[in-house]
Amino acid sequence: MIGLLPLVTGAEVAFWLLAPVMILAALGLIFAKKAVHCALCLAAVMISLAVQYAALQAPFLFVVQIIVYTGAILMLFLFVLMLVGVDSADSLIETIKGQRVLAVVAGVAFGFLLVLAVGNAIVGQPKGLADANSEYGGNVQGIAALIFTRYVFAFEATSALLITAAVGAMVLAHRERLTKKKTQGDLVAERMQRYAELGEHPGPLPTPGVFARHNAVDTPALLPDGAIAERSVSATLKARGEILDADELVAPVRRTLRAIAGDDDDPSAREPYAGTQIGTAQLGPGRSSPDAADQTRSTTTGEEGR
Amino acid sequence: MSPTYYIVLSAILFTIGTIGFMVRRNAIVAFMCVELMLNAANLSLVAFSRMHGALDGQIAAFFVMVVAAAEVVIGLAIIVTIFRTRRSASVDDANLLKF
Repeated sequence: MIGLLPLVTGAEVAFWLLAPVMILAALGLIFAKKAVHCALCLAAVMISLAVQYAALQAPFLFVVQIIVYTGAILMLFLFVLMLVGVDSADSLIETIKGQRVLAVVAGVAFGFLLVLAVGNAIVGQPKGLADANSEYGGNVQGIAALIFTRYVFAFEATSALLITAAVGAMVLAHRERLTKKKTQGDLVAERMQRYAELGEHPGPLPTPGVFARHNAVDTPALLPDGAIAERSVSATLKARGEILDADELVAPVRRTLRAIAGDDDDPSAREPYAGTQIGTAQLGPGRSSPDAADQTRSTTTGEEGR
Repeated sequence: MSPTYYIVLSAILFTIGTIGFMVRRNAIVAFMCVELMLNAANLSLVAFSRMHGALDGQIAAFFVMVVAAAEVVIGLAIIVTIFRTRRSASVDDANLLKF
């Protein structure tokens, strides 16, 4: 260990810096309302633990802790959280009366017992792993030597356990398909059926609007008569109310066009811009007229296509 | 550095995990608390390994990690299955076995 200060080793610095972080993060596991925050707290604890392993002369476990625990297990937790629903908050109703208080009291008492009993039992300085690690040339080699000699049966049993777990997860997560899977042909037939019965447009939905300053998916397209094309933005964005105001987007374009028109009185100069002018009323009530629809399709305006 | 500090830290983390497991109602969070307890046990194993100057403690911690990985896979699959049928991840809602 490198002596940072007299009598202070790197392990001590790592411990005293990270121990409070670990305890706070672990407490966050109890107090955080949202499950995602709990997962993040657990990640903090696990990474800090990995650093402790490194300080405790266990470089193999340091790497495995990060790859297996933080990388694989915690990501699995996050996947399932996303499947189950991030917003599922914890219910605060006690099914057993006084269970929470009793649990905390019992837990704290248990903790005291553990700390007092184990804390008193240990005496003396650690031997250190320098000899054990250097016996086979390194920590990983030493662990390998032990796994494939003394612990080889436990290791074999582990492989059986992992295979069983994989098969079990597949069996549990598998679901029989009760209805026939729709082919592309079925989907087309359905779409045409809807077109015949309800008049629903069979083609793709209109794209979002493309304006001089915005072309993101939250930008509604405008129809030739200046109305908003409702289907050009996602229904989810609409429900969240995160759609930009089309009038505000058009205003600078109109202002610029007006300025250009004011500078240059030649009406023919205005003509090229009339096509790109987005959904202003100048194009007239072109929504029903096929000519106007064709014209706007080639321009930046989104179209409903009906 | 004396292993006592690591053991005490491990005991504190284990206690917090126990309390969390008893208090939280969300099955996934309760499961995370179990993972915290396993991690705390691992820390003490590694500390003891260093104290005795032998690698057996690290092997034990390694096996704990393997078992934890298998356990998480099965546990989360069960949680997903329960969620599919009951639309809830709360441990209070899975009460059909109660008489």
